[in-house]
Amino acid sequence: MADEMRVPISTDADIITARQKGRALAEWVGFSGSDLTIIASAISELARNIIEYAGHGEIIIRLAERGARRGIVIVARDDGPGIPDVALAMQDGYSTGKGLGLGLPGARRLMDEFEIVSEVGKGTTVTVGKWR
Amino acid sequence: MRVPILKQGDYLIAPIQSALSDADFLRMQNELVDQVGKLRSRGVIVDVTALDVMDSFATRTLRSTALMTRLRGAETVIVGVQPEVAFSMVQLGLTLRMEDVETALDLDEGLAFLDRQTKG
Amino acid sequence: MVTQPEEWGARSVAALRRELVEHFTEKREELRQQWVEQMTAKGLLAGLTQTEIETESATIYDTCIGCLETGQYDRAQTYATTLAERGVLRGMTSEQIIGGMLTLRDVYGRSLFERYQKDMKRLSAALDIYEPVANKILSIIALAFIDEREKVVRQQQEAIREISTPVLQVRNRLLIMPIIGLIDAQRARQLTEQLLRSIRANRAKVVVIDITGVPTVDSKVANNLIQTVEASRLMGAVVIVTGLSAEVSQTLVTIGVDLSKLNTVGDLQGGIEAADRLLGYKVITTEQATEIR
Ligand SMILES: Nc1ncnc2c1ncn2[C@@H]1O[C@H](COP(=O)(O)OP(=O)(O)OP(=O)(O)O)[C@@H](O)[C@H]1O
Ligand SMILES: [Mg+2]
Repeated sequence: MADEMRVPISTDADIITARQKGRALAEWVGFSGSDLTIIASAISELARNIIEYAGHGEIIIRLAERGARRGIVIVARDDGPGIPDVALAMQDGYSTGKGLGLGLPGARRLMDEFEIVSEVGKGTTVTVGKWR
Repeated sequence: MRVPILKQGDYLIAPIQSALSDADFLRMQNELVDQVGKLRSRGVIVDVTALDVMDSFATRTLRSTALMTRLRGAETVIVGVQPEVAFSMVQLGLTLRMEDVETALDLDEGLAFLDRQTKG
Repeated sequence: MVTQPEEWGARSVAALRRELVEHFTEKREELRQQWVEQMTAKGLLAGLTQTEIETESATIYDTCIGCLETGQYDRAQTYATTLAERGVLRGMTSEQIIGGMLTLRDVYGRSLFERYQKDMKRLSAALDIYEPVANKILSIIALAFIDEREKVVRQQQEAIREISTPVLQVRNRLLIMPIIGLIDAQRARQLTEQLLRSIRANRAKVVVIDITGVPTVDSKVANNLIQTVEASRLMGAVVIVTGLSAEVSQTLVTIGVDLSKLNTVGDLQGGIEAADRLLGYKVITTEQATEIR
């Protein structure tokens, strides 16, 4: 299996593809049980935000190694409108759409690492990681 | 993948059989709400045993399905949430949104619950 | 190692490397026998069968020559990992493994010494090639063993945790989980996952979690409990928490923990009775039972 997979995201069916691939790679890394579901859920949230707010973008799923620990890193990037106030977007319940406002803060809780870079007019990149 | 909607007596059963796209979810919702009205069903069971992920969209859609069918006189029960899925939903913070939605272990339990609700 | 003498340039190093590989390949049987004998004398092979000794020693010997020849260590790495798995599983000690590898290093070294002792320059060049390889292999194997040991310890800890918090089925559809000891984030997670799996496996409808044995219940522990309760409810099971003292509840509420989500009953006995009512069992005293009969 390749160390990195790229899934273009432009329709809601791509969300399913992205999380299935993420799940498969995570399994290969050695994650099991709830962790697989947790990783798939985080991918689902990030991919849906791409569709909902940017229209299209991509999900990159890669293997990661840090010393003896192995993990998985997921990058969700788009060239969409960006987020004007990231701190606000990270709050539970904040949504500019009709969502629950749980996607971003939820993904942060699910994963071990979370980083978001967003620039208005340029796009958004969210990077999350989980370690074994 | 389309979700079949089965009629069993006073109830409707929607057995989800694989991962659903957002569009499939919304279609299931529309069909259930529609059928509940047409058939005057008293209860709805959505079986999510086959779902390996319940994210914020799935949760939101199931919840609004439950609220909409309730307005039309049918109680909705979500059955078959897997242990890993339940765990991950809690981590994501989704459980609060499910507080006013009924849940049961599996189809049998869901039916038993509806029987108690409607006949008891 | 100091600077390499002029005559040992890159090309002659490569040639000498080939010569070493040939030497060790030619002397394979003799050196391997020596190695096994020395290990036996030191008592390093205790617990291994003759066949195991033959195959393992041959594989290790050839893997080392492979590393020397190619400068690639991935095969050594893979082999070390499986060797460690098997070794740790059978209770081999680090002395046995590392002692064995040190012995092999000596055997190789001594045979180089014998071969090149008349030509000190050549000997020192040969050792310069051979020693880093030997050290690298030694460290690969030692690390593999440490990793494997840690893995086993972790697994054992998990197993012990799981045993130490049994989920008991007291009657049809009713589970009891008595928690004893401190609950940190990791244990809370493990307990929740264990409980959720048991709910499915036993088709449980009601769960009584007894926390009488948890020494400190702070807001973290309480919030973890609330999450467990919520996750169980998603699966269709009701959780009753017992053993939460009135004072602790009071404190938790004061610091802002929303206990309204916890179904609490004073003690385990009361909890089981409440569970029975939920399940539709009638709790009757033995006297009543006799009357009914
Ligand atoms: N990729 C993105 N591009 C632009 N804006 C985004 C992006 N992702 C999130 N946002 C903004 O951040 C807000 C919060 O996102 P979050 O995923 O937490 O909630 P939501 O999508 O509104 O609802 P939910 O995910 O619970 O259905 C969104 O409402 C949106 O305004
Ligand atoms: Mg979202």
